[in-house]
Amino acid sequence: MLNIKNLEATIDNKLILKGFNLNIKPGEVHAIMGPNGSGKSTLANVLSGKSGYEIKGEIKYNGKSLSELSTEERAQKGIFLAFQYPLEIPGVNTNIFLRTSLNSVRKANGEKELDTLAFLKLIKEKSSELGIDEKFLSRQLNVGFSGGEKKKNEILQMKLLQPKLSILDETDSGLDIDALKIVAQGVNSYKNKDNAFLIITHYQRLLDYIKPDFVHVLSNGKIVKTGKAELGVQLEKTGYTNLV
Amino acid sequence: MKAEDLKNNKEYKYGFTTEIENIKSPKGLSEETVKFISNIKKEPKWMLEWRLKAFNRLKVLKEPNWQKPKYPKINYQDLYYYSAPKSASEKPKSLDEIDPKILETYKKLGIPLDEQKRLNGIAVDAVFDSVSVATTFKDELTKKGIIFCSISEAIQKYPELVKKYLGSVIPLSDHYFATLNSAVFTDGSFVYIPPNTKCPMELSTYFRINASETGQFERTLIIADKGSYVSYLEGCTAPMRDENQLHAANVELIALDDAEIKYSTVQNWYPGDEKGVGGIYNFVTKRGACRGKNSKISWTQVETGSAITWKYPSCILQGDNSVGEFYSIAITNNFQKADTGTKMIHLGKNTKSKIISKGISAGNADNMYRGLVEIKNKAINSRNYTQCDSLLMGNKCGAHTIPYIKNGNATSTIEHEATTTKINEEQLYYCNQRGLDQEEAVSLIVNGFCKEVLQQLPMEFAVEAQKLVAISLEGSVG
Ligand SMILES: Nc1ncnc2c1ncn2[C@@H]1O[C@H](COP(=O)(O)OP(=O)(O)OP(=O)(O)O)[C@@H](O)[C@H]1O
Ligand SMILES: [Mg+2]
Repeated sequence: MLNIKNLEATIDNKLILKGFNLNIKPGEVHAIMGPNGSGKSTLANVLSGKSGYEIKGEIKYNGKSLSELSTEERAQKGIFLAFQYPLEIPGVNTNIFLRTSLNSVRKANGEKELDTLAFLKLIKEKSSELGIDEKFLSRQLNVGFSGGEKKKNEILQMKLLQPKLSILDETDSGLDIDALKIVAQGVNSYKNKDNAFLIITHYQRLLDYIKPDFVHVLSNGKIVKTGKAELGVQLEKTGYTNLV
Repeated sequence: MKAEDLKNNKEYKYGFTTEIENIKSPKGLSEETVKFISNIKKEPKWMLEWRLKAFNRLKVLKEPNWQKPKYPKINYQDLYYYSAPKSASEKPKSLDEIDPKILETYKKLGIPLDEQKRLNGIAVDAVFDSVSVATTFKDELTKKGIIFCSISEAIQKYPELVKKYLGSVIPLSDHYFATLNSAVFTDGSFVYIPPNTKCPMELSTYFRINASETGQFERTLIIADKGSYVSYLEGCTAPMRDENQLHAANVELIALDDAEIKYSTVQNWYPGDEKGVGGIYNFVTKRGACRGKNSKISWTQVETGSAITWKYPSCILQGDNSVGEFYSIAITNNFQKADTGTKMIHLGKNTKSKIISKGISAGNADNMYRGLVEIKNKAINSRNYTQCDSLLMGNKCGAHTIPYIKNGNATSTIEHEATTTKINEEQLYYCNQRGLDQEEAVSLIVNGFCKEVLQQLPMEFAVEAQKLVAISLEGSVG
């Protein structure tokens, strides 16, 4: 599904990703761990098509070069990023945002757009699965939401848009214990053989709930170690000292 | 720019011209022109005298120049003050008699005038250059005693009402453009709602400038008698031309005891091209008097067009407990300029006013909110709340807010809040990541920003206005 070869990413003359390689197949869950500033969010941004990066190397998504696709086209083709810091957009009603987003994606894929009623039914179902109070959905997008509420809202959007490749950038940070379980359940219930996850995290506890197939350690813009789920458990004990 | 290029400029979809034979006044501003207008409209003597009084007054007035957007000197001798389709010289008695070319024009503008396809529940008065060409739903309104017709017709048929109220809110000698309008006004709408009557439908006027080198001097007068209610809406478009055209309107509203007038404008005059060539100068005087106790006047404006918009729809709160409201969205893109706002003059006791202004600037445009809130010393227990928000798109545009505040007594309060925000790249990226393209993202954010004002518009027009807002900002980001 995703093949990254020798990826280099530079922003404002600073080289951040320095020869990054990764292959993800449908149905797989990959975790990326690594010290602050090692380039995890940069990777997420580059994959989702944020502007401002100078890119070298190759990123293929379902066999096609990603560089030819705009940010919205990538999203429409199933790349989803749950942001480390979800943006607040004052004045924009959350429900309207979610519906516009869903319909843009549906339209791009030749599906029928949902009318207000059909949408409300769908969103009601998805939000109750995540224990999100409907009242949130009539508020301005992320404005005044607590850290954890913002993160849950990201997962709600994931479940709504049904992406192929979901990149979760520190979605666990800021969640309380119950919310963490709910979010993990949300991910697990959505996981299937056709979609894949790239989970960026600092903590093993998320991986206790969502079992990764691979754990990668990113340091200074490169993957320095790859292992199975046990690597995460080990890192929790030893830290990155021997690796970076 | 050649006519050909203008045609290719597709962004302004109302920019077409209707080829039609016109009757025009002599060129230039003179006593002869004033007499010509009055004569062709077969006006009574008192009306001509009123016009001439304004014309004489104009000679000693100077064009104001304190506004922010400057413009090249207008040569008033180089304009036509009256232009009307020949076919309309005898006002058609029924819609079948209207020149098909004019019907076609309004159809293209999305304003069907023919019987079957009339807008649902909205009565329309259509003003083409200097004359009203059609008014729909007249019979139904007449049954309730509501008068909705062109001002020209009102001068003939209801002289007592016109004499009593015309110029009673905007005095004949008020200021240069108002006085100019009083001398040469051509057409516009007249509305009278009898006591204790709720007008059963939206009344609307659609203004169209077609002829070149022509100024449009609209005059509208709305009177809501005791305990009545009316919602009125005006829309405006003009062809694309590389000359600047002047639209100098006077609009007077009068609300008597317990009456309410809701006046909405969706202004989409040709804004000029992306280099700033052409476009309408929209210099308008709009003023409402809450003359009776418990009366209310509410102005809502969505200003997306014109090269320069210069207007301050105002409320004079004379009656005790009267309420004035002003909701505004002013969008300027490319080289458009706007200097707009309101005046709320509190004279009666317990009077309230509310001002919500949303200015959006993109490209090289400049947007100014200028507002006066004045509470006189006898207007005890009065309140004003003002909120001015500016949204900037890009780095080359400007937004300014100048509130003038005068509070003449200690029991009254004036509150003012202002914010300036920029649509930022991060917000757009977030939207893009959710599958929205740039235009969708901008329109979502902008409509969110203007929501409070859009909500004030009658339903059908809110949807239109929302689209218009998105279209006027197309291509302004990224
Ligand atoms: N515009 C920029 N100009 C210069 N340096 C930048 C810019 N953006 C990011 N960086 C730097 O790139 C490095 C990688 O940042 P990134 O956000 O990818 O780290 P991260 O691995 O996600 O860290 P964390 O765990 O703290 O979230 C950091 O050192 C950061 O300061
Ligand atoms: Mg990060």
